[in-house]
Amino acid sequence: MNPQAIIDGLVSGSTIGLGAIGLTLTYSILRFANFTHGDFLAWGAYLTLTVAGVLGGLAAGLGAPVYPFSFGWGLPLAILGGVVLTVALALGLDRILFGRLRARGADTIIIVMASFGASMALRSLLEFIFTAKPAYFTKALQIAKPLGLGMRATPDQLLVIGLTLVLVLALHLVVTHSATGRAMRAVSENPGLAGVYGIDVGKVVRVTWIIGAGMACIAGVMAGLLVQIRPYMGFDLLLPLFAAAILGGIGSIPGAMLGGLIIGLVEAFAVQIVGAEWRAAISFVILVLVLMLRPQGIFGQRGA
Amino acid sequence: MTALVLDDLRAGYDRDLPIVKGVSFTVTKGEAVCILGPNGAGKSTMIKAVAGLVPCFGGRVQLDGREITGLPSHELVRKGMGFVPQTENIFTRLSILENLQIAAQLLPRQDRARRIEAMLAMFPDLSSRPRELAGALSGGQRQMLAAARALLNEPQVLMLDEPSAGLSPKLVGQVFDTLRRISDTGVTLLLVEQNVRAALGLTDRALVLVDGQLAHDGPTVDLHDGKLLGELFLGHRAAETRA
Amino acid sequence: MELVAYAAFFLTMAMTYAIISLGLNVQWGQTGLFNVGIAGFVGLGAYVSAALTTPDAAERIGGFGLPIAVGWLAAVVAGGVLALGVGLLTLRMRSDYLAITTFGIAVALQLVFQNVESLTGGAFGMAFIPRPFAGLQGQAFAFNMVNLALTAAVVGAVYLLLEHLLRSPWGRALRAVREDEIAAQALGKNPVLLRLQAFALGGAIMALAGAVQAHFIGFIAPGNYLPMMTFQVWAMLIVGGSGNNRGAILGAVLVWAIWALSGALISEIFPAGQQARAASLQIVVIGVMLCVILLWRPQGILPEVRSVSRHLGRRTKDT
Ligand SMILES: Nc1ncnc2c1ncn2[C@@H]1O[C@H](COP(=O)(O)OP(=O)(O)OP(=O)(O)O)[C@@H](O)[C@H]1O
Ligand SMILES: [Mg+2]
Repeated sequence: MNPQAIIDGLVSGSTIGLGAIGLTLTYSILRFANFTHGDFLAWGAYLTLTVAGVLGGLAAGLGAPVYPFSFGWGLPLAILGGVVLTVALALGLDRILFGRLRARGADTIIIVMASFGASMALRSLLEFIFTAKPAYFTKALQIAKPLGLGMRATPDQLLVIGLTLVLVLALHLVVTHSATGRAMRAVSENPGLAGVYGIDVGKVVRVTWIIGAGMACIAGVMAGLLVQIRPYMGFDLLLPLFAAAILGGIGSIPGAMLGGLIIGLVEAFAVQIVGAEWRAAISFVILVLVLMLRPQGIFGQRGA
Repeated sequence: MTALVLDDLRAGYDRDLPIVKGVSFTVTKGEAVCILGPNGAGKSTMIKAVAGLVPCFGGRVQLDGREITGLPSHELVRKGMGFVPQTENIFTRLSILENLQIAAQLLPRQDRARRIEAMLAMFPDLSSRPRELAGALSGGQRQMLAAARALLNEPQVLMLDEPSAGLSPKLVGQVFDTLRRISDTGVTLLLVEQNVRAALGLTDRALVLVDGQLAHDGPTVDLHDGKLLGELFLGHRAAETRA
Repeated sequence: MELVAYAAFFLTMAMTYAIISLGLNVQWGQTGLFNVGIAGFVGLGAYVSAALTTPDAAERIGGFGLPIAVGWLAAVVAGGVLALGVGLLTLRMRSDYLAITTFGIAVALQLVFQNVESLTGGAFGMAFIPRPFAGLQGQAFAFNMVNLALTAAVVGAVYLLLEHLLRSPWGRALRAVREDEIAAQALGKNPVLLRLQAFALGGAIMALAGAVQAHFIGFIAPGNYLPMMTFQVWAMLIVGGSGNNRGAILGAVLVWAIWALSGALISEIFPAGQQARAASLQIVVIGVMLCVILLWRPQGILPEVRSVSRHLGRRTKDT
């Protein structure tokens, strides 16, 4: 076994975990499997890229890489803009599509289907606007530095892992200790009763989209920074995201993160055995195993 | 002074199939009213429609002189309506304290801790272990928590859907003692109840709902011997066989 | 003459989609099961039948040169068995777990088509799949016409079978389970078993469609079985009217027509270099159309004729 797989797995697992958080939250609070979530990652990356382009046009110095990273101050700034735009996209989609179906009392599965249709449309729209050609946040090349034990990592990769851990910890504290987090847990257990308790369920739904889409945007940027930006990047991540959310236990933020890391690591080790061309099947195998052995996931409370 | 007015209320789960078929009555401030009726008569549906959980298709509901028809439930809580559903009336995956904290969120910040303390003092069963998951409570304790949660916001009108269901006679006594104390403080009570005897000591007035319509409105004592009630319920059966 | 030949070709393709759409109607329309892996089932049928019927080829295993009918039959069995497996895994759980799992099945099968070169020919796919009435291949018109007739006959046979099942006690039990699971259970129906049967039947029909299509075109490649296809078939059934078998066929023809026309339009309007890019607009249009229909006319053009709902005295939520 090549120990480098540990670093590779942790890096891709961070992206998957961060993306799966939004998926697991929408699943537990809005109660549907959202197939557009992968596309929020892709849109987040492209929107951030666009904002970065605009910022770069305004002030050229923002693009200059800040040692030791491959990108300049422009990128963190652009992420802020990208997050706002991705959140607006998610809230807009909820307003015109999911929210209306909910209000009509449509079956869960109709909403899942609508998310599937919207996902195809969103992805193809990206392809139309930006073409299928890969794009990059930076042209700078980074040298991976040795970490000992035969492992190497670039500063960008270490930053991604660190930033993910900080974000997940912060989010976990918010959900377990704040009034908003309490309200979210209440709505996920019983939305009707939440109203009786005086909770504005519509507001909780909006907060859920904000957190989910925000994390999706950051995850998308990370994936774009470490690999490349493509219209299909989110779609290709969808299965790992679902597998991570289910493995961790629907509704659990630490679960989604842990699920993401496990999937990232298993993928990294498994491709050494079965070959990189089978990467996409690995999360499917994990998903099937979880459904067979522990369908409620690691931190899940009830049977699905 | 009227606390709650229903005027020709029509409600249900499907517009073509109303369950509540035009119900009108007025409840005065401080009054304690019980609603009786056979299973499936639409008692829960009616009370849920008043609480904003079931769509209203026609008619009006007024709380304290203000129109509240069709308002979402979370806004009604702010307007002084307290509601305890028949089943699933607490969050079992949250702690007892968290259940109360959610309700307290509607109060001004400085009052929250005080009101939670007051509720825990009122229900000693809850105060011994506030950080335990509410799902671990017994049936009677759950009803206590549900009532405590609703009372925490000091509602003007408190509606309870069968608070005695599934409780032992001793616990029913406890719950109704608590409700009487609440009623004595001037809170308007609206109680759906199957247990006429229990309701008798608490409420002065009884409404009988049969097949989505009001079949009787009078002093609770009139229903004491069960004869009138039997006739009212039987009337419903007769109507059903005719249909 | 050329136009008629093209029309026949177009209709034959539409008919193959109609078979898939009918298969989906068993799963979704009658039973309420959301399959996001249609392309996988169709592809499986195509590859199984192709592997059995193509002539022996040096570069891969398979190629038994068996009759086309054997290939079709094997496709039906393969699709049914796969659906049975997926169903056993997920049908006890929340409805969206089935969606996620079928999505995964399609991704995994796509990889198998791509990567197991010794069986599937890899990215290049399989050629020389025997075509029905190959003897007529010289005369384009006659060839297209008999193929259209054959495919339409398959559609007709599947349609009649499904209509028959729909009216049988089995079909009624199925819809009873969909409408009100608890009530149906109280009447002694086993919801999981009924769903499993419906899902397997639907999967078998989809795989049959894949085989029919593969033999009509004579050539298959992994790129034919992308999520795109799943999405098109969904649009077909939803547009036509889920729950209604005639709606499923109508939707297939209609959406396939929209697809072909918009494709032709794009190749007229856009310069050659931009066409791949513009083609993605086609998908956007169908995606938006799917959402719009779900929002405003969820019953589709030909709504389901509801018999069970009336028995239950309840109307469906989506009207
Ligand atoms: N969520 C629902 N969707 C559709 N119909 C419902 C729903 N809840 C109740 N009903 C129907 O409404 C009618 C009245 O039910 P409701 O619960 O209001 O009766 P109830 O008088 O409270 O009876 P009980 O004494 O058993 O509590 C019943 O026929 C029931 O089947
Ligand atoms: Mg009731």
